[in-house]
Amino acid sequence: MTATSLQFKPIPKQTPETNTLTRLCAEKLTLKHGKTSIIENLDVSLPEGKVTAIVGPNGCGKSTLLNGLSRIHSPSSGFVLLDGKDIHSLPSKEVARRLALLPQDTLAPDGITIEELIRFGRHPHQSLLKQWAMDDQQAINYALNAADLEGLKDRLLDTLSGGQRQRAWIAMSIAQETPLLLLDEPTSALDLGHQIEVFELIRNLSRQGKTLAMVVHDLPSACRYSDHIIAMKKGEIITQGSPKEVMTKELVRELYGVECDLIPDPMTGSPILINMKRVRS
Amino acid sequence: MISWFYIPPAQRPLFSVFVSALFVLALCCFCSLLFGAGGLSLQASFQTLLGNGSADTQFTVFHLRANRTLIGLFVGLTLGIAGALMQAVARNPLAEPGLLGVSAGSSLAVAITLVLGASTATLTVGVAQFGALLGCLCVLGVARMQGQQNDPIRLVLAGAALSSLLLAVTSLLLLFDQRAADEIRFWVTGSVAGRDTNTLFSVLPSMLIAIICILYTAKPLASLALGERVAIGLGHKPQRVRAVVIVAVALLVGGATAIAGPVAFIGLVVPFAARALVGPDIRRTLWLCLPLGPIIVISADVVSRLVAQPAEMPLGVLTAIIGAPVLLLIVRSRRMPTL
Repeated sequence: MTATSLQFKPIPKQTPETNTLTRLCAEKLTLKHGKTSIIENLDVSLPEGKVTAIVGPNGCGKSTLLNGLSRIHSPSSGFVLLDGKDIHSLPSKEVARRLALLPQDTLAPDGITIEELIRFGRHPHQSLLKQWAMDDQQAINYALNAADLEGLKDRLLDTLSGGQRQRAWIAMSIAQETPLLLLDEPTSALDLGHQIEVFELIRNLSRQGKTLAMVVHDLPSACRYSDHIIAMKKGEIITQGSPKEVMTKELVRELYGVECDLIPDPMTGSPILINMKRVRS
Repeated sequence: MISWFYIPPAQRPLFSVFVSALFVLALCCFCSLLFGAGGLSLQASFQTLLGNGSADTQFTVFHLRANRTLIGLFVGLTLGIAGALMQAVARNPLAEPGLLGVSAGSSLAVAITLVLGASTATLTVGVAQFGALLGCLCVLGVARMQGQQNDPIRLVLAGAALSSLLLAVTSLLLLFDQRAADEIRFWVTGSVAGRDTNTLFSVLPSMLIAIICILYTAKPLASLALGERVAIGLGHKPQRVRAVVIVAVALLVGGATAIAGPVAFIGLVVPFAARALVGPDIRRTLWLCLPLGPIIVISADVVSRLVAQPAEMPLGVLTAIIGAPVLLLIVRSRRMPTL
């Protein structure tokens, strides 16, 4: 099975929340590393049921923003609102039932199987008294199915390809059964085929009603696999909107100091960068 | 059982490995009742176990040796578990209460109260546990100063320095005290011989608290092995979990030290063996530490009675002889296992 021909099985659609407000947003958010502020007074919200890609040059604060939105990084001022409530005022477990996070610095313990990894995703639904229930196994089967890992569930994580491994981590987040999923550079360190494998899974999850946000480095992939792009530079949002509106020569130049031309992909219509040249600043 | 060899440790059936270890433990306890440094022959010991002993031999086997076995059981249990917990918290396979100065802190606290006038009989376990907690906080504080867990060996260096300092102060304090040299040696190297089993009862309530702490933290600790942020993403609170675990470690190590003095390397060897048998998941490792700790302490104690007959070697010396090579083995292994 080649990565490009990867077909995800149809999965029953999750009931979308009848909530017209965005579920996750930040208001006047300031995030600091020590004394240097990375992000100041930022307002941002994630559009419902869509894939949002956060792009920008290294050190622009995109991962910091993602950490802020997922309560890993506490704000110095301002708020992150989850369903209208301050995310830091909600119990952490409660947050974990609504928002899943896949960070970059994941560690895989020796000898863990895919299914065992996915089981960790059920932690927010368990407690000292409620250890393991039917719905846990159902959620795991659902996650295995959604990430197309059923045949591999007993394989050891370290014997898998990079793409399969990343899909296993995403499956762990799926088992968390949250309407929101944030991913920090889910395809970095993956080769082209595995990147597409992971991006297609992400797009599939959004079709089932999840709201996703991801930090992405590769602009063409960001355009192709997201519905909404947030472009950041020096801790500020320069522009945001649908890929076709937002992605311009001027933006690429502004973000990366790269001169280029944009042409639409003949098959999908999403922008492709050609004729790239670094501009001396 | 041989087929286990071909299965990766993390996938071996926990229950069967655990039960096999229990059998080995039973064997160790039996040997512990059978062998001794004293004049009692092997045959006489065996006859006594079968119920044909004189009052004298019965006292030796069912009182002296049984008590000793019981204390070895307790010390192995607590130190093994404490080592596994500490390694999970520090994400460092070398983090061991004995090496890092937790036991030494506990021992020093005891020495101070002894000098201040308490007698060994009136000593409270709480003092030892409080000292263990201080030792724990000291070494983790020192390790934190030099940044994020970049090098596992640094923590051990900091701990070794702290540990020798605390033990030196302990010996100094006790030298000024007018008591038998035996007593000094006990609080510096540790031993399970001739200890009072009544202390065991005074430790039990705090062990209950430690068990509750472990039940509360086992799952979050396991998820911390996937990465700090993953654990937060799953709704756990790493800082709180670490604090609770450190309290549990202090209770366990303090309890063990109050009873047997500072015994080093048990907390290193036991989790190392447990991981080799059932993999790195802390929930599995802890289960296996339960029988493995007593196995190692009791068998070390049996050997310590036999190697220097008719005298005995202190347990702490023997555990160091076993433990130091294991430490070198872990340090020298090409890929230091990450936890």
